[in-house]
Amino acid sequence: MASSSALESAGPGRPWNDPAAEPYIRIERVSKSFADFVAVDDVSLNIYRSELFCLLGGSGCGKTTLLRMLAGFEEPSSGKIFIDGLDMSGIPPYERPVNMMFQSYALFPHMTVDQNVGFGLQMENRSRSEIADRVAHMLKLVRLSEFGKRKPDQLSGGQRQRVALARALIKQPKLLLLDEPLGALDRKLREHTQFELVNLQEDLGVTFVVVTHDQEEAMTLSSRIGVMDHGKIVQVGTPQEIYESPRSRFVAEFVGSVNLFAGQLTASEPDRLRITCPELEQPVHVDVDESSVAAPLTALWVAIRPEKIQLSVQPPQAAANWTRGLVKEIAYQGNLSVLLIRLPSGKTVRVTRPNVWRHEEESITWEQEVYLHWHASSPLVVSA
Amino acid sequence: MNGKRSLVRLSFLVFGFAFLYIPILSLVFYSFNKSRLVTVWGGFSTEWYGRLFENTQILDAAWLSLRIAAINATGATILGTLAGLALARFGRFRGRTLFAGMITAPLVMPEVITGLSLLLLFVASEHAFGWPEGRGVSTITIAHITLTLSYVAVIVQSRLSSLDVSLEEAAMDLGARPAKVFLLITLPIISPALVSGWLLAFTISLDDLVIASFVSGPGSSTLPMVIFSKVRLGVSPDINALATIMVSLVTLGVLIAGFVMLHRDRARQRDMQLALGSD
Amino acid sequence: MSGRTAVIALPYLWLLLFFVIPFVIVLKISFSETQIAMPPYQPLLQWAGERLADIRLNVNFGNFLYLFEDRLYLLALVNSLQVATVSTLLALLIGYPLAYAIARSDPRWRGILLMLVILPFWTSFLLRVYAWIGILKNNGLLNNFLLWLGVIDQPIVMLQTDFATYLGIVYCYLPFMVMPLYANLEKMDVTLLEAAEDLGCRPLRAFASITLPLSLPGVVAGCMLVFIPAVGEYVIPALLGPSDSLMIGKVLWTEFFNNRDWPVASAVAIVLLLILVAPIMYFQRAQGRESGGRR
Repeated sequence: MASSSALESAGPGRPWNDPAAEPYIRIERVSKSFADFVAVDDVSLNIYRSELFCLLGGSGCGKTTLLRMLAGFEEPSSGKIFIDGLDMSGIPPYERPVNMMFQSYALFPHMTVDQNVGFGLQMENRSRSEIADRVAHMLKLVRLSEFGKRKPDQLSGGQRQRVALARALIKQPKLLLLDEPLGALDRKLREHTQFELVNLQEDLGVTFVVVTHDQEEAMTLSSRIGVMDHGKIVQVGTPQEIYESPRSRFVAEFVGSVNLFAGQLTASEPDRLRITCPELEQPVHVDVDESSVAAPLTALWVAIRPEKIQLSVQPPQAAANWTRGLVKEIAYQGNLSVLLIRLPSGKTVRVTRPNVWRHEEESITWEQEVYLHWHASSPLVVSA
Repeated sequence: MNGKRSLVRLSFLVFGFAFLYIPILSLVFYSFNKSRLVTVWGGFSTEWYGRLFENTQILDAAWLSLRIAAINATGATILGTLAGLALARFGRFRGRTLFAGMITAPLVMPEVITGLSLLLLFVASEHAFGWPEGRGVSTITIAHITLTLSYVAVIVQSRLSSLDVSLEEAAMDLGARPAKVFLLITLPIISPALVSGWLLAFTISLDDLVIASFVSGPGSSTLPMVIFSKVRLGVSPDINALATIMVSLVTLGVLIAGFVMLHRDRARQRDMQLALGSD
Repeated sequence: MSGRTAVIALPYLWLLLFFVIPFVIVLKISFSETQIAMPPYQPLLQWAGERLADIRLNVNFGNFLYLFEDRLYLLALVNSLQVATVSTLLALLIGYPLAYAIARSDPRWRGILLMLVILPFWTSFLLRVYAWIGILKNNGLLNNFLLWLGVIDQPIVMLQTDFATYLGIVYCYLPFMVMPLYANLEKMDVTLLEAAEDLGCRPLRAFASITLPLSLPGVVAGCMLVFIPAVGEYVIPALLGPSDSLMIGKVLWTEFFNNRDWPVASAVAIVLLLILVAPIMYFQRAQGRESGGRR
């Protein structure tokens, strides 16, 4: 866990914490509505040079519409978008210094890989030899040098993805937009490609904006994540901030899984909150730092991640931060086990335990009474 | 920018539909013309409709054509459905290439060739076996079924190939024999395709001049044959009246079909909403 | 399975009997000699004696030689091909923009617009050709309109010209051009166009380098559906074209009905069929690919 002071530093890799840094892409109060439906609702966002920024959200949250406005396929209903200081209003997609990798890849089926990758340069009327050189270079970068003469339908899914990437990168855009870049790949390939994508981005220094609904993908790829819901950006932060310090119940639930308990604040001390939750037998004490509280403190939720709850057979000696429960389900998943534990209040709590030993000696089994406890720094207090 | 593009598209549409519809509308317009000179306006009149209904030659020919068209459409729908089923569901069988060829070839074959070849068949067959005795309704019907069963087959085949095979497999899995599966599952689902196939076969038969001219005999002049002989001599206003009646009937039919489909769509949507709402 | 056999056999036998065998007969008669009798041709095989060896084969290439000797038939063939080609290109020129505009219009409207294209097809073909007589005549609608506009000061002869024939063919076959084009353009992935624009391609160039090449199968299917029947077209040139127009369909009709020369008519049919065999096969292969899915 990173300490709060590290999160606030404005080192060279974290321009967003430096008030003097000039954002590369500025989205200013942009809204977009279709007929009677508001897809993007008053979004303001700064993205910095060489960032890999993820827009994360469920389907219909407006993330794709925002991406399409950056590409120029949609005009904002109101608000402005600046790229490298230039106002993009009214500039058609074919005149923007922006390229996009489409979710379906949108490779031209009647052209070879070479022709697909070289298409953007051909539109700039570059000389044939320059196009050939740069296509060859680009294909080498994505390890497809032998496939230049093939048509897209003669390639595997992963190869097509790399052709799409090469085609979008060859014009050296100021900004590369990626719409669900790994969505069409199978699980194994996806993990491998994630790292490849990050390495490529770091090598080329191009600014990436990625749209995804997959929180794991967003966590692995991004420098920062913008979580979207109902057309609004509900939180922007590094993957760690989003996961460890979600500012709302929505973000806490959307990113990773979480146990939520409704609670009442009983006492507020400078560095500690005392909360009672009707569903828990013991009071909850929360260590306060600025990253863990962001709620009006009357009606609140205590959120505890499954991996931050420990189990024991003996009752803990502490006065707070524990409760009793009965093991109802154990799902063995190889690297870890997921346990569903029923509290006396009827609430079911999700707990994950890493399987450190190949053969667990004192293993917990079905219908066993256990005690759940956690450190005072683990719970988060979020608004409804 | 987008406005300019949709303006271009709009002008394509306006031009295309003007080209398609102005001739038809001019037919309708001049059918109400008092003057005999079809294209000189002489005042409003329904005189030509009266004349049309006194013309027994046209009325007889129309009745003959309608009868042939109805028999043809029914025969072509039965044979065409079987053919479409064979092509869409039976995979490879011996002679499939020839079969598929025989289905698609009539669609593009010039009518003069089809008409001539069928006539020569009928003549040769009468010579050799004494059948058919002379030519008339039966030979025209046979010729039309041969032509139109291909259209039905193509419609049925394309409907079947877009139909999920697992529906039929599920019925078989539940114990239905192939014939039962076809009657209880496949046929009800493709019935709209059969209806449009029947209507298409009906229209083509009603419309055919060339093939009918080859294979008809004395005393069996179909409506297109009568119209053709009249039209060759120049324009005549009662033909305009006839055209107007046909255009009105077709438009009415299309409107009714469209209304029925819209109604069914609405009903289905309402049911879906109810189903989702009760969830 | 006997049910299965019956399903195949019924249409199969029907088509063999009434579609394939007639062609064999046409072929046979095209090699016979005319005679004044009913039927007006001589049998191909003749029993001259009682033994099998006495069978005489009356194969007669005269009908075909006659076709090639008389320049009239050659001219008719060339003329038919030319008329069909010009009409097909004109139909493409009008049909493509129409199909494109429908395919790119609001999905709620597409069905209705498409219906409007097919609707004329359901009304009588003959009457639609007839409508053009009233429009193209010397004192017809179009001439009156142009006179009224003051563009011309005396009527132009439009009826009974090649122009009228082209117009009639384009008008009657337009739905056959629009349908396959629409089917192709409608299923085209529009993100391909977005991708092209994203890579710096202007809309017009995107059309030329993406839409047009990808719609070629539709273009080919549409052109075949217009070209093949247009070559043998009889009614349109008979009603709208010049009275001395040489179209192969018209020649066949005249040979058969007016001259009652069945063998020559058959020979004309065979020649026409031979010319059309390549495009028909091509069309069938394309159809098979479409319905069989890609690979």
